[in-house]
Parts: sequence; C-alpha cells; structure tokens
Amino acid sequence: MLPALSRFSGLRAISRASAPPDYSIKTSQRLFALNQRSFLSSLVYIEHKDSKIDPSTLNTLVAAKQIGGPISALVAGSNAQEVAQAVSKIDGVEKVIVANNPIFDHNLAEAITPLLLAVQKAENPTHVLASHNSVGKRILPRFAALIDSQQISDIIKVVDETTFVRPIYAGNALETVQSSDSVKIITVRSSSFPQAEAGSSSAAVSEAPTPEVSVKSKWIGEEVTKGDRPELGSAKIVVSGGRAVKSKEGFDLIQKLADKMGAAVGASRAAVDAGYCDNSLQVGQTGKIVAPQLYIAIGISGAIQHLAGMKDSKVIVAINKDADAPIFQLADYSLVGDLFTVVPEMIEKI
Amino acid sequence: MSQLRILVGVKRVVDYAVKVRVNSSQTAVETANVKHSVNPFDEIAIEEAVRLRERLPKGSVAEIIALSCGPAKCTETLRTALALGIDRGIHVQVPEGTTLEPLAVAKLFSAVVKEEKPDLIIMGKQAIDDDSCQTGQMLAGLLDLPQANFVAKVDIKDDKLTASCEIDGGLETVECSLPAVITTDLRLNEPRYASLPGIMKAKKKPIKTVTPADLKVDIVSKLKVLKVEEPPKRKAGIKVETVEELLNKLKTEAGVL
Repeated sequence: MLPALSRFSGLRAISRASAPPDYSIKTSQRLFALNQRSFLSSLVYIEHKDSKIDPSTLNTLVAAKQIGGPISALVAGSNAQEVAQAVSKIDGVEKVIVANNPIFDHNLAEAITPLLLAVQKAENPTHVLASHNSVGKRILPRFAALIDSQQISDIIKVVDETTFVRPIYAGNALETVQSSDSVKIITVRSSSFPQAEAGSSSAAVSEAPTPEVSVKSKWIGEEVTKGDRPELGSAKIVVSGGRAVKSKEGFDLIQKLADKMGAAVGASRAAVDAGYCDNSLQVGQTGKIVAPQLYIAIGISGAIQHLAGMKDSKVIVAINKDADAPIFQLADYSLVGDLFTVVPEMIEKI
Repeated sequence: MSQLRILVGVKRVVDYAVKVRVNSSQTAVETANVKHSVNPFDEIAIEEAVRLRERLPKGSVAEIIALSCGPAKCTETLRTALALGIDRGIHVQVPEGTTLEPLAVAKLFSAVVKEEKPDLIIMGKQAIDDDSCQTGQMLAGLLDLPQANFVAKVDIKDDKLTASCEIDGGLETVECSLPAVITTDLRLNEPRYASLPGIMKAKKKPIKTVTPADLKVDIVSKLKVLKVEEPPKRKAGIKVETVEELLNKLKTEAGVL
C-alpha cells in the first residue's frame, strides 16, 4: 500500500466524478467550485520585520491570487502571532498558519526549510510562493530541492496555474515556462504585481506543525541602513546616481534631490563599488529591481546590468553629460548636461 | 585546523557584455557563434578560493577543485579556472544543446561532493543567463549543509566559517560549521586576470570527465520552455534643453510630479 499515491489517485477520481458547473450559481461560487475541482491552493511565505509585513510579500500575495485557489499564509518567528493578525485581514488570505518560535527568527534557510516541509505535508498546497528578494531567494530553492521540484524564479506574469513568464539574460528576453512538477515553487518579482490590501473578512489563524529543526548556522547580527526615505523596492519615485557623481559628497546631491521629491535613492554598481553609497542601494540585475512611476538616472551611463533593474519604470528621465550614453535610448526625457549644475537647479525649482 | 578542500562551481555562459538576441523561432536565445566566458559570479568564487589559500596559514588549503556541468566546450571554462590557480577540474559532460536546470546541476554537484568530500563549496550567487539564483541553495538542501548566500566577506577560523551576507537594506553576519555552501556576491572580491605562466601551467593540470549516468543522476528537464521573446520595446523619448522644460513635461505631459 502506497498511502501517498492512493491519496493522489483518490483526489483525481473525485475530480473526474465532480458534476458539471451549475450555471445558475453566482460567478464567485462557480469559480470556487472550479478551484475546488482542480485542487489548487497556494502557500505564501510571509516575510516580516519589526512586527510589520514586508511590502514585497503583499505583491507575492497578489501573484498567488492570480494563480487561483485558496491562499494560506505562513508566518514564522518569535512575534509571528502579532504579525498573523495583520496577515489575516489581507484580501485573499483564507488561512494563516503561525509558527511562533524564536528559532525561525532571521529567516535562516536551514530553520525555515523543515518548517515549510512540515506545513507542505499538512496542507498539501499545489503552489508555494515567496518574494524574489534576499529572503525568498535563499529559502525557497533549498525547500524546492528537498521536494524535488524545479523552482521558477522571479516570475513577472502568471499565465495559468502551470505557466509563468520570467525574465532571463538580465531582462533581455522573456521566457514562458510550463512546470510539470506536482508542487510548483515560485519566487515573485514584486515590481510586476500590485500589492494586496486589507479586505473585509478575517482569516482563521492556526498553529503550524512543529518540525524537528537542527541548525548548523547562527545569526550573529546585521547592519541595516536606516532612514526616513521610502523603501527602494516600493517607492513611487526613485532618484539614482552613478559614477559621475564622483564622490560621497557628490552623492549627497542625489540624496538632497530625492528628499525634496519624497523619493527613494538608488545607485549604479559603479557608484556602489566606488564607495559613494551603500551596497543596498544598487539597482540592477544583481541588486534591486524597481519599477516606480518615475525613475531619474543621474550620471548613469546605462549598462545592460543596470537597465535590467529599472527599465520597467513608467517614466524614465536621464541626466548625463555624455550625449551618447546608452541610457538616453531608453529614457522618456533626456537632458544632456552636467549633473553638478542641473541637479542643484532641480532642487531649487521643484 | 584540518586541511581544507574547496570545491568551486563554474558555469560557461554568454559573455556579460553581449547583447543577446532571441532566435527567429522564439524558442531560445541565440548562443551559436556568440562569445562565452565564465559566469562573473563564478569568477568571484574562483578568486575567493584562491585567496583563501593565500590568506589562511600556509598549508591550510589542501586542494581546490573546479566543477563544471555542460557540453564539451566547458573544458575551456575549466582551463580558465585552472589558469587562475585551481588545482584540478571535473567536467560533467552532457551533449551540446542539453538544458541543465538548477535542480539537475545541484544533484550532479551533490553526487560529486559525496565522492570528493570538500569542506567548503563556493558557487556564484546566480548565473547571468538563466538568472535563477537557486543552485547553491539547492545543493545545501540536498546535502543538509549550512548555507550562506550573497556573501560579501568570508573568514574561516577553527573550522568555523563567518560570512557577511548582502540582504535587502544592508548586511547580515552569519556563522556556520564546515562543511558548508557559500554563494558569492559581487562585492566579495575583484577577480584577477590569468597570468601567462598560469595559462601555461593550466594546460598540464588534470580535468576529469564524467557523465550524469556515471554519477547516477537523472537530468531530465521539469520545466518546458513554451516561448522566448523580446521584452516590449519602449517608445522613443524626447530631448529637453532646460531643467524648467523637464519639470514642466514631468508635471503636465507625464503627470508624474
């Protein structure tokens, strides 16, 4: 007797025997019936910090909603109970699973993976999702390997429950892939989906099964750059500086303009490598991917790797001394000029 | 401290400076007659392995092995690694045109790790072609090893590894026991160029070739690529002459201010 197998074939038998949809019922009910029939369900890993849900998780919840089926949300960590209350109110979440235990603090992949395995076993979701950021990227592949599923990274579009679109080659090509895995493991590009909002109902909160966790790594500490500026990943306006700012003081000019506009600050790799600003500000293939309403690139030439991180912005403005800079081919509004005269003028006139 | 053996993962990818094109049948990106090189993050992994040998007390690093999975041309990639100071190479060869997904690569690596028993596995954080960012984490999972990802600084002392990792918003420090898997971020180091003596020496260094069948690994693809297409093109922009004109356009025409 193979219990796992018989369970699956049992499900399939039910699905075949299910009655054709009754068209007299309301659309929402019919959709629910359809979802039930295909047994779709998603589990979303909720990232949180200082008792607040990470904004990118809200985008991931919308991707899960587009896939269809009921959504369960997993919240782990020593203050999970508190965060779970907020998660339970988010539109689309039908169930919140809480693992309130300090062992899950700091999102160590080694600790979260056994938890995901235990929840997977208990809930049997067809899709498991997390944001394609530093936490989702390190946890989900480890989990995917252990359930023998080929993860689909950084999706920008849900075509249907098995088919997804994702960028490859630094966003220079878009690949549509279809998964044959029984459980689809997906990381989501935040800037490609809207954010889920609070709904009218409140989801049930339940305790997660307790996995056996043995961790060989230890979290020592972190240095997080704190500021009043909006978060880079979700800001409506981003002002970015490149190598041409020439110095830390030059980068201050970028920050002043950003503050005047209520914008987040970004940077090219050149500016980061030269030490003009912090690493975490890097926009590009290997840094943050942003798609704000307005992206202002100042003193950035526009290497492929940088463009990969910002070319889906609604409006792009480029300010550069070099009239042949590749960034101008992408910009909606180009201004050829010295940033040291243009930027102060902008700060003054805005 | 016991003598360390390090395994480094290297992938042959289309050179980072090449502007890739989607083929006419929209099934893949053109890779024939296109310049290929070592994945930039893997160059950083190679460099860090070599620097660990230079940095740790003399004799601490017993051996550095490079492993590459792919078609015959991967031997060129391995030669580059050998020229930079790696001691020997292992090539898991597959026929030209075979797609190796991250999970399959992780399984191949896992089989090699079980044979070679390295204390440290260094891989790039992602390959710049498929941009998956999975293999190192998958390998750590399959082998039940600790992992440190997006590493910007690493130190090994008394069989303990300390790593500074790039996270959203800053840096995080983790400590783990060996063996472990780490994946490199851009800021870890500045890779060196191969020297002429290095290139000459590399020709004599051994490269062992094995197949997935030798390692008893099933490499069948689980994802089917339905289509590869160019991203939507942006419409041509306009040039403005003054700051006033720019701000004016942003307010009235674009409506973003």
